[in-house]
Amino acid sequence: MRDATVTTPRMNRRQLFVSGSTLAGAWIVGIPVTSLLADDGPGDRQLGYFIEIRPDGDVIIGSNQPEIGQGVRTALPMLVAEELDVEWSTVTVRSMPLGLVKTDDGFTWKYGSQGVGGSTGLTRNFDYMRELGATARGQLIRAAARRWEVDPATCRTEPGVVVCDDIAQRAPYAELIESAATLPMPDESPTLKAQSDYRIVGKAQQPVDLEAIVTGKAKYGIDTREPDMRFAVIARSPVLNGRVAKIDASAARGIDGVLDVFEIEGPAPGAPYQILAHGVAVVATSTWAAIKGREALNIEWEPGPNATDSTEQFWADNEAMLNGTGQVVVDDGDYDAAMASATHTVVRRYRVPFANHAPLEPQNCYAYVDGDRCHIIAPTQTPGGASRSAAWATGLDRERIHVDFTRVGGGFGRRLTNDYVAEAALISKRTGWPIQLQWTREDDMRNDFFRPAGLHEMRAGLDGFNNVVAWTQRLASASKYYRRPNMTDDKLWEAELYSDDFPRRIVENLRLEYFNHPIGVPRGSWRAPAHTANAFVIQSFIDEVADATGQDPLELRVKLFGEERELEYGNHGGPTFNPGRLTRLTKFVAEKIDYARERPAMRGVGLAAHFTFGGYAAHAIEVSVNDAGEFTIERIVAAIDCGFAVHPNAVKAQLEGGTVDGISTALGLEITVRDGQIEQSNFHDYPLARIGVFPAAFEAHILPYGETPTGVGEMGIPSAAPALTNAIFAATGVRIRDLPIKNQLRDALA
Amino acid sequence: MATYEFRVNDAAVEFDGDGATPLLWVLREPLNLTGTKFGCGTGQCGACTVHVNGRARRSCITPVASVVDSRITTIEGLAASSDKLHPVQQAWIEHAVPQCGYCQAGQIMATADLLRRNKSPSDADINAELTNICRCGTYPRIRRAVHRAAELLASEESNDA
Repeated sequence: MRDATVTTPRMNRRQLFVSGSTLAGAWIVGIPVTSLLADDGPGDRQLGYFIEIRPDGDVIIGSNQPEIGQGVRTALPMLVAEELDVEWSTVTVRSMPLGLVKTDDGFTWKYGSQGVGGSTGLTRNFDYMRELGATARGQLIRAAARRWEVDPATCRTEPGVVVCDDIAQRAPYAELIESAATLPMPDESPTLKAQSDYRIVGKAQQPVDLEAIVTGKAKYGIDTREPDMRFAVIARSPVLNGRVAKIDASAARGIDGVLDVFEIEGPAPGAPYQILAHGVAVVATSTWAAIKGREALNIEWEPGPNATDSTEQFWADNEAMLNGTGQVVVDDGDYDAAMASATHTVVRRYRVPFANHAPLEPQNCYAYVDGDRCHIIAPTQTPGGASRSAAWATGLDRERIHVDFTRVGGGFGRRLTNDYVAEAALISKRTGWPIQLQWTREDDMRNDFFRPAGLHEMRAGLDGFNNVVAWTQRLASASKYYRRPNMTDDKLWEAELYSDDFPRRIVENLRLEYFNHPIGVPRGSWRAPAHTANAFVIQSFIDEVADATGQDPLELRVKLFGEERELEYGNHGGPTFNPGRLTRLTKFVAEKIDYARERPAMRGVGLAAHFTFGGYAAHAIEVSVNDAGEFTIERIVAAIDCGFAVHPNAVKAQLEGGTVDGISTALGLEITVRDGQIEQSNFHDYPLARIGVFPAAFEAHILPYGETPTGVGEMGIPSAAPALTNAIFAATGVRIRDLPIKNQLRDALA
Repeated sequence: MATYEFRVNDAAVEFDGDGATPLLWVLREPLNLTGTKFGCGTGQCGACTVHVNGRARRSCITPVASVVDSRITTIEGLAASSDKLHPVQQAWIEHAVPQCGYCQAGQIMATADLLRRNKSPSDADINAELTNICRCGTYPRIRRAVHRAAELLASEESNDA
């Protein structure tokens, strides 16, 4: 939009929205923008607005958030379109770049905060997007009222048209835009629609980009093609925290197309990560030539301090730690006394392994450091973080770094971290060329911020009436808060135990205890972070307590979750947790799968439910087991309560996808370390589940609750795995306590 | 170095270079057909699936030297025309299959090949034949869309008859 001239930059009282017109006669509503590289920067120097209505009636809505498959690129524009009152089918969605504005004490967001993680992409923007649409609609009404010389209060809208019934006049929006552009923006907040009046939001809408995806036209980071671009790969240290000792690049330089080979300095052991590893970059005229050049490198590695790390030792250490005393981080009531007076006690240990994010689009980034400025095009969940990573790599002021972000081929938390952006910027800075850095699958498997692994010990004490009166979770793990700036050892547990999770404030005598393991495996946020581990452990343990005390797993859950009430919840997803919503979901999935029906031998149903970052989900899974000890998932019923479902199609998709993710990871996925090296390399030894694992009988249900949406991206995972292992137990009596499941059932039944 | 000639989406193309270069990288870089995706490089995930002489093939492990004189179809060339999508693409839209969408070109190419060989695949056939990985977990929708595409193909054929 080089030709955009903002003619009437009048801020409203929140100093958010302005409107103006373009030279082409379109009306734009959004935010004042002076592009960071407005003069002659690379690419199309972009929209500063969210809404554009053109003289021909086309409506374009800007999308300011990264689309990682969660549907935010559809859901947020749906909110704008709803309040603007236009037909969804007339809307085109266009990507906005990262918008940062320099302030006295740093930077602030130009288009609202941009970044998707923690299932907050929709909820953080829910009010903002609706107010934007409603403000624009109000301006169109005022423009029509002025033309007709009537009170704006006598006008209303139909999709794309302002109507005044009193004088029987109608005006399409396109006829009002010229006038709307001359009106001052209002000082007061717009009135938003009642949800009962919604025509777009809350209804099934076709996702944006659907046709582009199925025709191969959708562009991901990996599809970036810029003039004079060179292609790069990096050989990274195979040993955690290893360094390059010696490089012989003569053979690599002899590969046709190889242009340059040089060392990339990684972080010191223990230092915060900017990039993950030391390495050697190979730059070439094509990706394949770079890969061939890398194969021809002869590198001697200095193994460093983690060369003897192994997951085998990690687990042995964790077992030993749990026999000692850790950091008590929650100690409600009198746990010791309650446990001492319990009629029954149940004690179990569970193991959750390291896991790789494995987005299907391997990490990649385009970077062009051109003198005192830098252009980044990246698949990222956090474009602001990409800007910081590029600033670290180049030493440039962030004002000089322009970040465009593409559709992302899977996020899962991996692309909250922009180490690959820093790498690409380092290579471009060194060579002066526009660079596309490409990771191979092997690179991605071995260099990740893995989901932390942990060994959990659960203990429950029950009184003579089978009420749970004491509960503890003792966790020995490798905290995600590893190598982070400003982190102290006493806070490490906060990433791994969410202190207000179930059964806080439900079981009176509660203790949580943590032990950190210092293994050198990089760790990070893996979709629904600690919830995947803790839901598996807690929801398995409820079934074990039920079994040990002769109770039914459904009845025990209903008893523990109880009636609807708001409990204080201070962790992410708060401020409250209503366990009764889990009761409702659990009963719902149990009824749908006909839980009460007697099953034949070697067939069983498992249940699980969990509260994740503000949203609620439950699973019921039915399995059958054959004579060889192999199990088949016969039926899956999943249900989510995400409050008000803005984009139900995507809500169901996230529930389905989360369920698949949870089951796939539980079945066979584990990252292991030996001699300081990650042992897995590709999908043959990190076997993501294929379609055949999942039955045709796979239902996803939305149970609406109130008018406030929660996020939906992570809620579908946590309860899937324990529902599966609970089903295996129901069918066979074999309890799976260590993930992944792999062949444990077959071995147990042999 | 040599020149390799073949056809892509009905156009004659040639590639000068190393015959061991995977077809995937030839399509994506010199030919700029980026709809075919790189996922694993070892023929496991299927994101790179194209048709070679009408059969699905994983282009990341297909040396360009092996496709000389072959007819390659990529996702960009699957639809008969720009205003009429292939029935598999139509079914994918009807069921809103994609999430991130990255694997879907490969899923669609694999499904188009399956339906050419098996006009009405059962769930068991789908389980056995469709081995492409979807990391987002769109499998339940893929299954429904495969059945729907089979219906659309059948009705197209009966209309043609």
